[in-house]
Amino acid sequence: MDFIGAYSWPNVRYLLEGFLVTLEVAAISIVLSFIIAIVFAIIRYMKIPMLSQFVFLWVEMIRNLPLLLIIFFVYFALRDVGIKMEIFSAAIAALTIFESAMISEIIRSGLMSVDKGQIEAARASGLNYGQTLRYIILPQALRRMVPPIVSQFISLLKDTSLAIIISLPELMHNGQVIYNSKSTYIIPVLLLIAIMYFVVNYALSIVARRLEHSR
Amino acid sequence: MLQNILDIWSKYNGEYVSGLITTLQISVISLIASLLLGTVIAIFCISPFRMLVIIGRAYVEFIRNTPLLIQIFFFYFGLSSLDIQLSSFVAGTLGLTVYTAAFIAEAIRAGINSIPKGQMEAARASGLTYIQAMRYVVLPQAFKIVIPPLGNQFINLVKNSSLLGVIAGMDLMYHADIISTNTFKTFETYILVGVFYLTITVPLSILVNWLERRLKRA
Repeated sequence: MDFIGAYSWPNVRYLLEGFLVTLEVAAISIVLSFIIAIVFAIIRYMKIPMLSQFVFLWVEMIRNLPLLLIIFFVYFALRDVGIKMEIFSAAIAALTIFESAMISEIIRSGLMSVDKGQIEAARASGLNYGQTLRYIILPQALRRMVPPIVSQFISLLKDTSLAIIISLPELMHNGQVIYNSKSTYIIPVLLLIAIMYFVVNYALSIVARRLEHSR
Repeated sequence: MLQNILDIWSKYNGEYVSGLITTLQISVISLIASLLLGTVIAIFCISPFRMLVIIGRAYVEFIRNTPLLIQIFFFYFGLSSLDIQLSSFVAGTLGLTVYTAAFIAEAIRAGINSIPKGQMEAARASGLTYIQAMRYVVLPQAFKIVIPPLGNQFINLVKNSSLLGVIAGMDLMYHADIISTNTFKTFETYILVGVFYLTITVPLSILVNWLERRLKRA
């Protein structure tokens, strides 16, 4: 194990550049996933006929598939039928497909957790369905959803490492490039990558826990 | 397209089935091993000894906050750089076990902690020893709470075992890679892989949901 050689500044800088890509891809994916997930969750919550069943099947299918398969599929298999994507967009598309299914379940259970009596009371006081959703259900549900969504973001950050199979220049990929040059670098580099992930994710998990207790 | 899928299936069903069996083997072995390791870590976390608590918490936090791929790479590439060459099957199973154990430990710990303190105190006051109180009062109640998250962990394990494909682990993903290089029909090959994963994970999900509802009612 050659820690000193492995932790030379160019190597560390290359890893940090990779980490920046990881964070960037994760951030874009979480925003896109959240938007799609809200739409999914509301469709299912309002039980819109046909659409609701379709979303249910889609979400259950995606949640039961390995993310690695989805990444592979979006990049390699879709290419085979003429849908060609760059690595960067393929990674974001795959992560968004997967995470939006996960998050839509979080949002849906948040919506379901709002007491039925509140909805009835709101409707009885003359609010229409849209207003009830907007002013009564969503504000309460959103507050409850924040901690699990932060946890999901931690998963997403970790899951970004799977994009190594389509050579997205993220942290794990850049690490592999470094230690492929010298086998004594493998353990030091893996350790440093683990520490980078740990620092960011542990900080996020503390935030999630604080939010959970401050309710 | 359907014709292509059927063609691939009739030609490569042996590969698919052997990949499926490997995926199941890895998942079951890792589940048993991580249940054992996870229980030990959970006991560390709730034990009255500060040192054990710190070790348990450190393990759970460090493993849960780093990607599974790092753990698998450590056992596969990392150890091989120290001249300990593990097969991809063993390295992958170890990685999955270490990773899943952290989540299982957390589920068990949360389950035990969700039993009100009064239960333990009452049991101890009626003359049961700590072990007896755990065995007859706390654990049976915690068990019901812990079962559904453990079921979810098993589903995750099946999905996560796909990462073995990255280190040539002979599982479904690995065989799919070979089949698609042979047939050039990537799309159809991977549709079939998805179907295979779903045949394992969907029944498991239904079972876990059913258990969750049943145990909630009981």
